Amino acid sequence: MYTLNAMPAIKTQKKAAEKEASVYSSALQIQLYTAMLRIRLFEEKIVALYPEQEMKCPVHLCIGQEAIAAGICANLEKRDYVFSNHRGHGHSLAKGAGMKPLMAEFYGKATGCSKGKGGSMHIVDVPNGLLGTSAIVGGGIPMAVGSALASKIRGEQSITAVFFGDGAFEEGAFYESFNFAALKRLPVIFVCENNFYATNSHQRARQFACKISSSAVAFDAPGVCIDGNDVLSAYKAGKDAAQRARNNGGPTLIEATTYRWKGHVGPDTDHEKGCRPKDELLEWVKKCPIGRFEKHLLETGILDANALIAITGEINSEVDDAVKFAKESPYPDVSELLTQVYSD
Amino acid sequence: MAKLNIVQAINSALKNEMKRNSDVVLLGEDIGRDGGVFRVTEGLLEIFGPERVIDTPLAELGIIGSAIGMAAYGLKPVAEIQFMAFSYAGLEQIFSHAGRIRSRSRGRFTCPIVVRMPYGIGIKAPELHSESAEALFCHMPGIKVVVPSSPYNAKGLLTSALRDPDPVIFLEPSRLYRSIKTDVPDEDYAIPLGKAAIYQEGKDITVVAWGAMLHRAAEASAGFDAEIIDLMTLKPFDEEAILNSVRKTGRLVIAHEATRSGGLGAEIAALVAEEAVMHLKAPVIRVAGPEAVTPMAKLEDAYMPQIDRIRKAFATVMEF
Ligand SMILES: Cc1ncc(C[n+]2csc(CCOP(=O)(O)OP(=O)(O)O)c2C)c(N)n1
Ligand SMILES: [Mg+2]
Repeated sequence: MYTLNAMPAIKTQKKAAEKEASVYSSALQIQLYTAMLRIRLFEEKIVALYPEQEMKCPVHLCIGQEAIAAGICANLEKRDYVFSNHRGHGHSLAKGAGMKPLMAEFYGKATGCSKGKGGSMHIVDVPNGLLGTSAIVGGGIPMAVGSALASKIRGEQSITAVFFGDGAFEEGAFYESFNFAALKRLPVIFVCENNFYATNSHQRARQFACKISSSAVAFDAPGVCIDGNDVLSAYKAGKDAAQRARNNGGPTLIEATTYRWKGHVGPDTDHEKGCRPKDELLEWVKKCPIGRFEKHLLETGILDANALIAITGEINSEVDDAVKFAKESPYPDVSELLTQVYSD
Repeated sequence: MAKLNIVQAINSALKNEMKRNSDVVLLGEDIGRDGGVFRVTEGLLEIFGPERVIDTPLAELGIIGSAIGMAAYGLKPVAEIQFMAFSYAGLEQIFSHAGRIRSRSRGRFTCPIVVRMPYGIGIKAPELHSESAEALFCHMPGIKVVVPSSPYNAKGLLTSALRDPDPVIFLEPSRLYRSIKTDVPDEDYAIPLGKAAIYQEGKDITVVAWGAMLHRAAEASAGFDAEIIDLMTLKPFDEEAILNSVRKTGRLVIAHEATRSGGLGAEIAALVAEEAVMHLKAPVIRVAGPEAVTPMAKLEDAYMPQIDRIRKAFATVMEF
């Protein structure tokens, strides 16, 4: 059972969530829970192992933000595409990437999803529709529009979702892309994970209005702001947006508010360094997307304690296998340096 | 006089110049309270306040473009970009505007911005945190490009950049930020742009390098009588210093971390071919990065020109 089980759910949101929840099947809810927990346990393992200094790249963890990736991606199929950002482990896992090639990538191993050459910020998984992420904040947004345009030109059913932060919303790339997507009614979902910080600077220090979802109005596209720590809200917003995309309805902007528990980069919390207030973290830990949902699943009887233990155990062994695989895999050969720059 | 690293030396140059010239204004992501990714601007917000140390939105095109407008207006803006690759979205403003305002206004006004950014391999992160794209900036007319190699010259060069009437791209080798400490005077001093320094005198081989690679070339020179030129200003670079040295030694090796093709080494080699070919006793050799994206740490050593590769180049020109 996940340890945050004991965290109190927020009362005001509880009733609405319960009402919402009754609409969704138990299977779906278990799927969403599992998807979140896979991300959490995978990243907690990174936290535990990072001090060994064997992982060869900076890691940007999304602990605390799992509901968004899980909720949105549950509406995507294998043939759909996702563009992610520097904080992309959650998106990748939720879209179907295996733990082994991800973990191996972080260890810089030849078996990694990017052959051990790209690290945590450059995840690629073509069969699962992850067309490649990069460290450039906002860099994925125009490419997602291009992917959506391509599927439209080809007459294929695929849609594209792009995840980015509240910081990326400030890059010009967002506006250029959204306009094009709106103009061409492209099947793309813009998912802005608003965790209120870009590195250490608060949204209020960077944006006057702090109304990300409202910006969609300028493009005459739907924009919604959801509680990004409520996986069912994320699921519902993703469902609406995906339906719209699949029915030629054009793009949607989803702003999902959330909070990252760890520092901007690396396995540690950052309030000790004065980056963000500790109280703020504690408030958000109370709103843990997994703890909240777990409580709901127990209360509604969708899962019992034994089932939770079983799910946790299964995921933990998947994580352990991934670590073993990563550690035992070889490093890429030096000759790999010069490959895949051009067609060989 | 204090022993400072490059981070502290740059901080000291900024601080002194901000005291001297109230038009100097800093802007960039997280440069205020945070002091920037590498803490280069630490403490400056406290001294000069938020009007002169401006935390910006996360928008490089906006940062660089605003700096250009401020400069055209008459201020002396210093933009910080967190890593070289993050400037790429802002290149449009640097290339299309900063470098052309003097010419476009037929000399009536100028664009005295400084854009500071860390560059090169240094923090064990692949790809976009390890770029060496200095040649890109050197290619464009109207822009100066400067790379320090020590705390002492970092302070002096930046001070010159802060007093220069034209746009200066100030590239800070991230690997050197905290790895060397030298004596740096407390008061301000200027090292002129466009002049190279003879880092080490020698008779047999002229070695041209800059930034982090300078130290590697110097290390590699043990046992050779190499004259090492620290280029410092890459655009416009000190042609005379290179030609004078090559006329003396008759051999030239250029070492840079950036990809060989289209790298600055090609320009230096071409200069020598045009102006001093009859003095050469051996072909010019470039020791440079491969045609590849900077990989993760395990392959990083293979990417970076290593001491043995530089030594091999020295041996080759000596044996020719
Ligand atoms: C173009 C660009 N500028 C700056 C950076 C450095 N950087 C990396 S992540 C980050 C903050 C991003 O904030 P946000 O988009 O809100 O995503 P979050 O990290 O909060 O998930 C910054 C400034 C970068 N990687 N790319
Ligand atoms: Mg953010």
